[in-house]
Amino acid sequence: MSYIQGETGDWEIVIGLEVHAQVISNAKLFSGAATAFGAEPNSQVSFVDAAFPGMLPVINEHCIEQAVRTGLGLKAQINLHSVFDRKNYFYADLPQGYQISQYLQPIVGKGEIVLDLPDGSSRTVGVTRLHLEQDAGKSLHDQHPAKTYIDLNRSGVALMEIVSEPDMRTAEEAGAYVRKLRSILRYLGTCDGNMEEGSMRCDVNVSVRKPGAPFGTRCEIKNVNSIRFVMQAIEYEARRQIEIIEEGGKIDQETRLWDTTKFVTRSMRSKEEAHDYRYFPDPDLLPLELDADWVEDIKKTLPELPDDKKARFISEYKLSPYDANVLVSEKARADFYEAVAKGRDPKLAANWVTGELFGYLNKAGKEIEESPVSAENLGGLIDLIADNTISGRIAKEVFEAMFETGEKPADIVEKKGLRQVTDTGAIESSIDAVLAANADKVAEFRSGKDKLFGFFVGQVMKATQGKANPALVNEILMAKLKG
Amino acid sequence: MTGLTHLTMAAALDGLAKKEFTAVELTEAHVKAVETIRPLNAFITETPEQALAMAKASDARRAKGEAGPMEGLPIAVKDLFCTKGVPTTAASHILDGFKPEYESTVTSNLWRDGAVMLGKVNLDEFAMGSANITSHHGNVISPWSPGEVGNWSRQIVPGGSSGGSAAAVAARAALGATGTDTGGSIRQPAAFTGIVGIKPTYGRCSRWGVVAFASSLDQAGPMTRTVEDAAIMLRSMCGFDPKDSTSVDMAVPDFRAALTGDIRGLKVGIPKEYRVEGMPAEIAAIWDQGIEWLKQAGAEPVEISLPHTKYALATYYIVAPAEASSNLARYDGLRYGLRVEGASLKDMYENTRGAGFGKEVRRRILIGTYVLSAGYYDAYYNKARQVRTRIKWDFDEAFKTCDVILTPTAPSTAFAIGEKMDDPIQMYLNDVFTVPASLAGLPGMSVPAGVGSDGLPLGLQLLGRPFDEETVLRVGQVIEKAAAVTATPPFMA
Repeated sequence: MSYIQGETGDWEIVIGLEVHAQVISNAKLFSGAATAFGAEPNSQVSFVDAAFPGMLPVINEHCIEQAVRTGLGLKAQINLHSVFDRKNYFYADLPQGYQISQYLQPIVGKGEIVLDLPDGSSRTVGVTRLHLEQDAGKSLHDQHPAKTYIDLNRSGVALMEIVSEPDMRTAEEAGAYVRKLRSILRYLGTCDGNMEEGSMRCDVNVSVRKPGAPFGTRCEIKNVNSIRFVMQAIEYEARRQIEIIEEGGKIDQETRLWDTTKFVTRSMRSKEEAHDYRYFPDPDLLPLELDADWVEDIKKTLPELPDDKKARFISEYKLSPYDANVLVSEKARADFYEAVAKGRDPKLAANWVTGELFGYLNKAGKEIEESPVSAENLGGLIDLIADNTISGRIAKEVFEAMFETGEKPADIVEKKGLRQVTDTGAIESSIDAVLAANADKVAEFRSGKDKLFGFFVGQVMKATQGKANPALVNEILMAKLKG
Repeated sequence: MTGLTHLTMAAALDGLAKKEFTAVELTEAHVKAVETIRPLNAFITETPEQALAMAKASDARRAKGEAGPMEGLPIAVKDLFCTKGVPTTAASHILDGFKPEYESTVTSNLWRDGAVMLGKVNLDEFAMGSANITSHHGNVISPWSPGEVGNWSRQIVPGGSSGGSAAAVAARAALGATGTDTGGSIRQPAAFTGIVGIKPTYGRCSRWGVVAFASSLDQAGPMTRTVEDAAIMLRSMCGFDPKDSTSVDMAVPDFRAALTGDIRGLKVGIPKEYRVEGMPAEIAAIWDQGIEWLKQAGAEPVEISLPHTKYALATYYIVAPAEASSNLARYDGLRYGLRVEGASLKDMYENTRGAGFGKEVRRRILIGTYVLSAGYYDAYYNKARQVRTRIKWDFDEAFKTCDVILTPTAPSTAFAIGEKMDDPIQMYLNDVFTVPASLAGLPGMSVPAGVGSDGLPLGLQLLGRPFDEETVLRVGQVIEKAAAVTATPPFMA
């Protein structure tokens, strides 16, 4: 456990997260309108989404399937009977005056998420529930000095609200939770996890307590839209609460906002100002009854999820938990790795993928899907090392060229003449030249200065532009020096 | 050809088929009738051009041998059904200027089957009322009002909320009209104006495109002058609609074929709890008369018990306003209808909704909001839902021993404007016999059975098993024939 040091001693942060994840679906939760991101304002709005008189919601079965798939991926209980309720409140971007959501009887019950922590350890966080709900529209306050514009494209888009237990204790754990959840959702293909576009948003519940004490009063920080902000908001909010309590104050249960320019949380509304949502079952929709066989069929189509993949990478490829983690965090990365590792040394493949490739991608700001180096070509490069065509050192040079041009490694080696020299005669003459030019150092070596061996190797490699086979260089050099 | 407006739908279909007159002629007569009955304030929007265009198209279809089951029949549409390009008001100020870009499923079905739209008829605002006195477009006057037209000695209410539908049909300005029934809004006005009105089983008619009042109760149905006409029109209105999740995927029977007149051996349930205290003698008498007629036709009356009846009205007046408070939240001045500007969003909401909703609608929104509020939810809304289930069970139990249930439709004949107006509870009591079947989702029909001492119509109500409209219609027609009511409204087109 890591605690925060306050004036009066250690404090523990208690964190629970509510993640809103937009369901990948062509149509909205209760209407046929499209859901594509970035469309012209109010161009993807049906009469249902705009709450015209007499319009009725009809459940989009695909969204239900996506929620069930997600529930199964979270190893959660699937509720075969669930109910859609109306959550009533007035706001300009909520056309119906209520949001259709699930309150007492959600579609998915208790599940869990295993966090992979930076030190290689893992920790299980409970998922309380997952329910389906409609998104509201968007209020645009910056289009006119006095008016607010409303874009209803998002109105009615299906969201999964995934609620965690208050099981996290540090900002890092909260960050790891969001990362892991996002990874699972992407593996499942149920949410693209794109926080910049708003397809994943977090409400963060934070309280502090003395270690072992009961839970403190929590504050909810609404609509945080990046993992970095989630962690920063928790750090700030915990400090704020500790300061108040240590100064003899009391935490008011309230809803707060994360100010992304000032890096502080600000009060949005107090408990007294909280809405009375007057939830009641939506009479326009019958209770949702799922068939157990249907759920089983979905279960059969689930892909291998990050935790299972990680375990397999560790046992099958003998990777370290750390490497396995890095590789499975995104399905595309894992797939890439497996393509490279197939029929090759898995450890070497992991080193090249996590080291060179991820390093270059990171520097270039590219995703694995955009990698100029294909899995096939990276595999080819490793083959060239294995069959002694090039040395590991030269391979890095070849890789750099591959990343720039996307060309095949063999072509680059050929074009640049980087083929490793394994001709003992050629190496011998290079060594002879080096030894002749450094007669004084040879004498020093022979009088016991063993460390100079590396110097000679370096000189020989330099003379051969690194193309000499290092093992042969070592062998011949040693023989000549001793001889 | 004024005689055309006095035809039944069945007779009009015959005449059209035999080429005695055309749909255009039939429609022209009705367009004129609609003008004649303007003193009743039954119509909010008259659509004569559209009616004639539809009639012309209807004649063309008939000429090609493509006549639908309601080909050429002019009807009125309650102004709660969205009609494409025609103002739809729900009789509320808040829908000022609203012209839907879509057509409700029920009216689409009617046009598909050849019916002709005469216009949109008045109702209680958002269908909330039992006397058609809460409309923003003014109250509707029953054609049964005594005295000189426009200078009535007593302004009788047509009932509500489908008061405009009832008045238009009773006054012979339309062969039939669509109604909607949430707690009795088809049956009670039908009884008050001496016509037939049936609310089918919940789920029979699509609610898509019908302005919602209380979604778990709202159900459309026909209002006509005969049971046979109700059967004709109901068949066209019904049908599964994938756009309404509460619509039921069941074949629609040929209701007209069910009108065999043969009810021998049928068990008719008489609920003892409906003999409410203070029931007027003439209501009790017409009920007894109804039992007698059915007995004579070979049916067997059996006493049944619906023990939770006494809670039905209270339950209804929690459930319906709760749903309404949420359904009416969308009228916020932002996207359509009335907007009264304000300094802030909240001011705009308050100004718009304050000006846009009438007193009764505001009352029900307040009641509904209250019963759903934290701390009151369990005591009111949740309790009401539980009682609603009990009421449903009562009927399930009763239908084990009977095939159909007979009751009065309303506890009195129609009253005059100004009466029962001070006390909303007094007004709500009008629904005492109709509300239980609404809560249970059962089919219910009101059939004219006679006239009271005040010369105003009396109706009897038949309730059936879920989706057994056929028995309801069959028994209803037996009563209709036995009663053979000849009285007509003093004011007709």
